Amino acid sequence: MDRLALDVAHMFAGGLVLVSFMLLYQDRMFGLLNIFALHALVVSLSVAWQAYIQLAPHLYITAGIALVVKAIIIPVALHRIIVRLGIHRTIETIGGIGRTMLAGIALVALSITVMLPITAAAGTLTREDLAFSLSVILLGLLMMISRRNAVSQIIGFMSIENGLILAATAAKGMPLVVEISVAFSIIIALIVVGIFLFRIRERFDTVDVHALERFRGSL
Amino acid sequence: MAVAVLLFCVGVLLATGVGAVAGARRSATAAIVYGLSLLVSAVALAVAFAALAFDSQWVQTLRLPVGLPWLGAHFRLDALAALFLIVVNLGGLTASLYGLGYGRHEEAPGRVLPFFPAFLAGMNLVVLADDAFTFLLAWEFMSLVSWALVMAHHREAGNARAGYIYLLMASFGTLALLLAFGLLAGPEGGYAFDAIRRAVPDPALATAVLVLALLGAGSKAGLVPLHVWLPLAHPAAPSHVSALMSGVMTKVAVYGFVRIVFDLLGPPLWWWGAVVLVLGGVTAVLGVLYALMQHDLKRLLAYHTVENIGIVFIGLGLALSFQANLMGPAAALALTAALFHVFNHSVFKSLLFFGAGAVLTATGERDMERLGGLIHRMPFTAFAFLAGSIAISALPPLNGFVSEWLTFQGILLSPKLPQWLLKFLVPAIGAMLALSAALAAGCFVKAFGVTFLGRHRSSAAQGARETDGFSLAAMFLLVFLCLLAGVLPGFFIDGLAPATQQLLGARLEPQAEMAWLTLVPIAEGRSSYNGLLLFLLIGAAALLCAKAIHRWASRAVRRSAAWDCGFPDPSPLTQYTAGSFAQPIRRVFGTVAFRAREEVSMPPPGETGPATLRVHMRDLVWDGLYVPVERFIGFAADLLNRVQFWTIRAYLNLVFFSVVLLLMVLTLWS
Amino acid sequence: MELIGKVLVQLVQLLLVLALAPLLTGYIRHLKARLLRRRGPAVVQPYRDLLKLIRKEVVLADNASWLFRAAPYIIFAATLIAASLVPTFATGLVFSPAADLIAIVALLGAARFFLALAGLDVGTSFGGIGSSREMMIASLAEPAMLMFVFSLSLLAGSTQLSSVADFMQRPEVGLRVSLALSLVALIMVAIAENGRIPADNPATHLELTMIHEAMILEYSGRHLAVIELAAYLKLLLYFSLIACVFVPWGLATAGEGFGAFAIGLGWYVAKLAVGGFLLAVFETGTAKMRVFRLSDFLGVALMLGLLAALLLFVSRGL
Repeated sequence: MDRLALDVAHMFAGGLVLVSFMLLYQDRMFGLLNIFALHALVVSLSVAWQAYIQLAPHLYITAGIALVVKAIIIPVALHRIIVRLGIHRTIETIGGIGRTMLAGIALVALSITVMLPITAAAGTLTREDLAFSLSVILLGLLMMISRRNAVSQIIGFMSIENGLILAATAAKGMPLVVEISVAFSIIIALIVVGIFLFRIRERFDTVDVHALERFRGSL
Repeated sequence: MAVAVLLFCVGVLLATGVGAVAGARRSATAAIVYGLSLLVSAVALAVAFAALAFDSQWVQTLRLPVGLPWLGAHFRLDALAALFLIVVNLGGLTASLYGLGYGRHEEAPGRVLPFFPAFLAGMNLVVLADDAFTFLLAWEFMSLVSWALVMAHHREAGNARAGYIYLLMASFGTLALLLAFGLLAGPEGGYAFDAIRRAVPDPALATAVLVLALLGAGSKAGLVPLHVWLPLAHPAAPSHVSALMSGVMTKVAVYGFVRIVFDLLGPPLWWWGAVVLVLGGVTAVLGVLYALMQHDLKRLLAYHTVENIGIVFIGLGLALSFQANLMGPAAALALTAALFHVFNHSVFKSLLFFGAGAVLTATGERDMERLGGLIHRMPFTAFAFLAGSIAISALPPLNGFVSEWLTFQGILLSPKLPQWLLKFLVPAIGAMLALSAALAAGCFVKAFGVTFLGRHRSSAAQGARETDGFSLAAMFLLVFLCLLAGVLPGFFIDGLAPATQQLLGARLEPQAEMAWLTLVPIAEGRSSYNGLLLFLLIGAAALLCAKAIHRWASRAVRRSAAWDCGFPDPSPLTQYTAGSFAQPIRRVFGTVAFRAREEVSMPPPGETGPATLRVHMRDLVWDGLYVPVERFIGFAADLLNRVQFWTIRAYLNLVFFSVVLLLMVLTLWS
Repeated sequence: MELIGKVLVQLVQLLLVLALAPLLTGYIRHLKARLLRRRGPAVVQPYRDLLKLIRKEVVLADNASWLFRAAPYIIFAATLIAASLVPTFATGLVFSPAADLIAIVALLGAARFFLALAGLDVGTSFGGIGSSREMMIASLAEPAMLMFVFSLSLLAGSTQLSSVADFMQRPEVGLRVSLALSLVALIMVAIAENGRIPADNPATHLELTMIHEAMILEYSGRHLAVIELAAYLKLLLYFSLIACVFVPWGLATAGEGFGAFAIGLGWYVAKLAVGGFLLAVFETGTAKMRVFRLSDFLGVALMLGLLAALLLFVSRGL
């Protein structure tokens, strides 16, 4: 039983890293959304499994929030935004996919080398999940810097948040209140970003954030 | 006794060289010089082999009262030296045998004959040397003589530049080694290797020595980014000398590295292994990618030398990593792999250069785009070159595969290393090794396919004739060795065991005693390989299949024009060329590694002008490292140039203040 | 006497792969036709093709060399030996120590080397295009394959397929993401190596899209038959490889009697049937890629392999 619990938790956490890679690789808008929904689904499954093995029922709520908000509401909302912006046929030009992926692998290696030695005192599962969640966070950051489209950047940002949830549940320390407030702040962020997106679009006729750079004040 | 015999061999070689200067104008000189070299190499080979095979613990030293008065010249024959002496003299033997035939076509024998035996002598001396002074002297002698051989055909385009760059890099390498030995010897100046071995340098100093050894030996061996001279210089020499330079001299450089780092330097630090591994991996992949872009057969082979040196250094890096973590058996495995690859590469690279030389004599062409179809004109050369290609592409059942397989086995042991950096680095290096092996296979499909298969691309290729008997004998001797080391690797690996025992204090289990002569480096259940069995099984299956079909089904053959989907074009120019063969790989890897860009210009509709495809590639190593260095030196020289136009008073001032400054430094220092 | 028995079992395995290989290809072709609502050829059609081909005369291009005539047999023999060294119905056969997984992959590499040379021998442009693309694919597939071998050796402590299969049957292997990643990577490599959709289309005769078919364009008669059989064997080999590493259930060990062998054989055929069905479904639902998308495709396989190794380090490093 213990063995199986560990294996399943390992599978979910590892799966989350893998889905992060899929996010990094995907260049179609709707594909990206679907994978993001999958990302959130894996996170909520992982959290639910943690709730089950840690006998911590409040984590089920966390899992539920993750599932509803991030696997359903946000993808649907972004879907509508994309349709309204008319960018659903855009294929992003990701410069050097191979290099990005290699960088991703290197980041995973880095987070493992950083995390495993410093968490030597903690339990097996915690250490593993912490290493994986740091990987997910770094991969999300990598996605944010390697993409130009604002929508992909939002998705990268949200995947970072998923990584944080994984870390928090693994560390067995996040109170429910925090999780709920994080979830709501994410929704607020989505709304703000959504409005922002339309404003950018209105002004500059594109959601390519590089367009903004021309309007920085010159030194 | 053995050392004396070997030194006598060296003396005979040197005397032969001197004699060749006198008799350069006579036609019989070539036969005498190569014959003597052949004989002497055979004797030295036998002595070294006997030393290794019959009494492996046997270390013999000899001190001659020449050289520096307080030092003398020390020589020593131990397992490592014996091993490399075998490599050197085997190469010398086959090159001399090849030279007996090939040398008759030499247009400037006076520029080759005196230096050829001297080159062999120099390499033997480096391996025998047992003190820093003798080592450096022999090393420099070897460099200069090989430079003279590179310059043998100095009127051909590009050769003078090749020689110039070679001379620069060789001097740089010797300088690095000089500094390395200076650091090793310490302030007391114990230049004999025995004294160096006894001293234990502190880690910072040892690291400096490692870096200098990498610069010095690495530049001679062709490690990226110090490889730039190699693909210029090796092909410029006559082919049997190219074989010696690529097959043997790079191995002498590896010997220098192994001697300094594994023998003289004391216990390694763990991250040295990482540095060597990265250098090896990058060298392997870049070497083969460069090779794929070449159309010049000999230059392609030279770049493959770079690749194989990378593979050797991967093995050495692994051995260093394991040794630093006191994992003796694993280190022995990795070092065995590296040393076995040293031997294998010297065999098949000599073979391939001999083949390229035979093609060059028969057609006068090194450019593959003007060859083709030579398998019909030179069937024996083609067969030998094919065997060499299989061996270098690391395909079973020949020898190249065995040493790469052993290297992989070393890589698979890496998870046991405690350092996380190494844990993650080694698999990545393994992927690079696999990549370079696969690319090497692609490259040799190209080299063999474009040169020997297909239709003749030029009249020179059409009129080619099979090469002479001596050359063929040399090639087939090496083909035999490739096969032997491939199917019976156990005996060869056991031959390497004394060297690993000497350097690491550990060795692989005796392999020749395993059941069925299977190679079992670690444990039966873990991994094993039996080249002999595979060879026999494949041979039997192929023969049975062919016999059965011919016996019971059909053996009818009809010759006809090529089918080519119904559109055969009679012009041989419509064949795939070397450039077009490499195009997919250039597109996949070259865009990153060489910034390759294709530029297509199409004539507008209605015009009959040809469309052109131009490929732009940059050598990033050259542009990124050597051009800036060159610029800086030019800049500094310009600055110094002004000094030439000072007045006498200014010069006097300069001298005066320099002396005062130095004196002040001296007082403050002590 | 005992040795003879062992060699006989090995021989049975060799004949088994030889006999099953065309059947597997015929079965997949048949299924693919059925999935497209065509009737399709009979499952035994490949046997008929081979028999027909070996009885025909060989039409040899004018400047074909001895290499062109010898290559089919070498390719066939290397592939056959490789295929008979991968456990199918039983592990620990007498010749299995002759080659571990790396050596088996290298044997396939040797076969490919000769195939690519044969493509260049006649000196036509189609042969060249096939050879050059084949070698590019190989250069991309090989590192991914090595990462797979690495993960396997990290997990099972062996590259010997019999030991790996034995290890994989133990309960402590458990559910591992890295195994799943390795499996996906291996399947991608297998697809590319065997020239299946989306890497290459085995049914195509459209000149510019073919790789394998382009290399063997000049072959006819018995030579073609032998090369085709080698291609069938290679496909079977990868099926056996996946089956023995990832679904090793039902494998007999060498010492067991005929009963165990028969059960192992039954399992093996069942695995082939399921695997063939999955391949047919996958191929029917996928389109062929552009040649230069393949570097992305196999790049992903390499990444998955690397990631699998990394994750294994984590779960073992604890």
